[in-house]
Amino acid sequence: MLLLAGSIVVSLSIGSSGLPLADVWGILIHQLPWMSDPSKQWDASEIAIVTQLRLSRVLLAVFVGACLALAGSGFQGVLRNPLADPFTLGVASGCSVGAAFMIVFGYTAWIGLWSVPIVAFGTGLVTLVIVFALSRARGAMNVESLILSGVIVQAFLGAIVSFMVSMSQGVINEVMFWLMGSLSTRSWEHVQLIMPFAIVGSPLMFRYAQHLNLFVLGERHAAHLGVNVERTKLIVLLISTLLTAVAVSIAGVVGFVGLVVPHLIRLLVGPDYRIIVPLSAIGGGIYLLWADTLARTVLSPKEISLGVVTAIIGAPFFAYLLYRRKVQQGGGASA
Amino acid sequence: MIEAKQVVKRIGNRDILQEISFSVGIGRMYGIIGPNGAGKTTLLQLLSGTDAPTSGEVLFQGQAITSIKRKDLAKRVAVLQQGGIPAAAFTVREVVQMGRFPFQNWLGEESADSEQLIDDAIETMGLTALANRQVDQLSGGERQRVALAKVMVQEPELLLLDEPTTYLDIGYQVQLLDTVKRWQQERQLTVIAVLHDLNLAAHYCDELLVLQHGRTAADGPPSAIMKPELILDVFGARAVILPHPETGVPQLLLAPSVPPSERRS
Repeated sequence: MLLLAGSIVVSLSIGSSGLPLADVWGILIHQLPWMSDPSKQWDASEIAIVTQLRLSRVLLAVFVGACLALAGSGFQGVLRNPLADPFTLGVASGCSVGAAFMIVFGYTAWIGLWSVPIVAFGTGLVTLVIVFALSRARGAMNVESLILSGVIVQAFLGAIVSFMVSMSQGVINEVMFWLMGSLSTRSWEHVQLIMPFAIVGSPLMFRYAQHLNLFVLGERHAAHLGVNVERTKLIVLLISTLLTAVAVSIAGVVGFVGLVVPHLIRLLVGPDYRIIVPLSAIGGGIYLLWADTLARTVLSPKEISLGVVTAIIGAPFFAYLLYRRKVQQGGGASA
Repeated sequence: MIEAKQVVKRIGNRDILQEISFSVGIGRMYGIIGPNGAGKTTLLQLLSGTDAPTSGEVLFQGQAITSIKRKDLAKRVAVLQQGGIPAAAFTVREVVQMGRFPFQNWLGEESADSEQLIDDAIETMGLTALANRQVDQLSGGERQRVALAKVMVQEPELLLLDEPTTYLDIGYQVQLLDTVKRWQQERQLTVIAVLHDLNLAAHYCDELLVLQHGRTAADGPPSAIMKPELILDVFGARAVILPHPETGVPQLLLAPSVPPSERRS
């Protein structure tokens, strides 16, 4: 929590416009009604940069990161698959198909901002079903074949999204940038959209944390201890997909967050999901906040897309996990 | 306590179980034996309420077991699975604690403190020294003891055992069944055990059910079941039955058709 607060402070203070630190905080504090000090005046554009752009963007990074990390811990727990995350399962791509469709063809006016995540949720679910069906070919679902199915579906869906983008006129640049994962050109509306999901999602997932612990022992053990296995799996998968859909609708496909964060947390605190779930939400916020801060400052004033930053960190991490699994299985230590 | 009425289980178009009926009274130890593929594990799944029969029903204290809420059922029925606890990064104590899950609310709180109960179970199973070790560092036998400690803290009225002695050394086999038997006698626990060792089954169980191709081949007290004709018919093995020299319980000696090779001196 402290680390999260600290990261917010630092990230708020860094930016491409080169505002002095004191001004940034002066403006922010000035916004609080009981702190307003009429003697100080700032430029209207400076106020806008801080409150409209920077603050909203920082909060968005925190919430998107929290959603993705929660979804990752949910997928990993229910599937008992350490390599699962919204991105590697193809769910994020599935959501992006729905979201891109809405954005490219301009149906966003239908029920306002909410229409994008709702449609993204629908296509994300369909994708999850397809990926499961592909990997379950011979009865059991093994760890690698599930991820392989995810990658295949992801490649296909990526092509569909690119095709839709080429068909559209005008908004290509914006959509392409969103696709690669980005938090630029987002506003307070988006913060309002994602905040309830991140805030409700955490306790909802936490309610199933002990169930996920029992899943570690196997589905039968869980069933004999009174867990309604099928219902629990369904609910956790739905929550995870919904959190993914909301995050994708806002930030595009930001890969590997749901993989990296719960793993790091697990390394730090052990296997108990009652600790992993809440810390993943906080850790996801911190992780994405720093990733986004890097994205907008490294080549300042140009921006790198956020998805590029998380992939550069996440893909090698994924490779390492895959390698470690192979070593463990080769050694036969724990099958 | 628990009663199976004309239970049928069909998976695809294969009949796994056909018209199984029996009832087990409170405080009894009931054994299910039979060759591999006879449907023993499937029957145990039906008795645990995690799977529903195709037709017929399982009654737990007069109530259809599938109509009881899963979490309420888990407060009264515990299952010790074949193979025990899988390798996991949880400590022994954490795994044993999981046995209290049916009694916890969503925050993991219980109305009464269960720490003493957990300590006792760990001590009874001789795991005190290992309590803070991770289960993936334990041997198969130690993990099976962890599994038994976990079902102990569940404080069930009915305990189902699925081949609990598989993968255990003979010393541990007897130790485990002794513990269950003692527990059964002390607390009026009802036990239903799938066992593949007929001698252990005859020794520990009050009554035996013999399954063959999903049907009841015989049931009754061990003295009625341990007959050479029945063993030959069901298991396809020639056997000699002798009373145990200490307890008088019928015990089985296999009688191979090929004579032993001559000793070279």
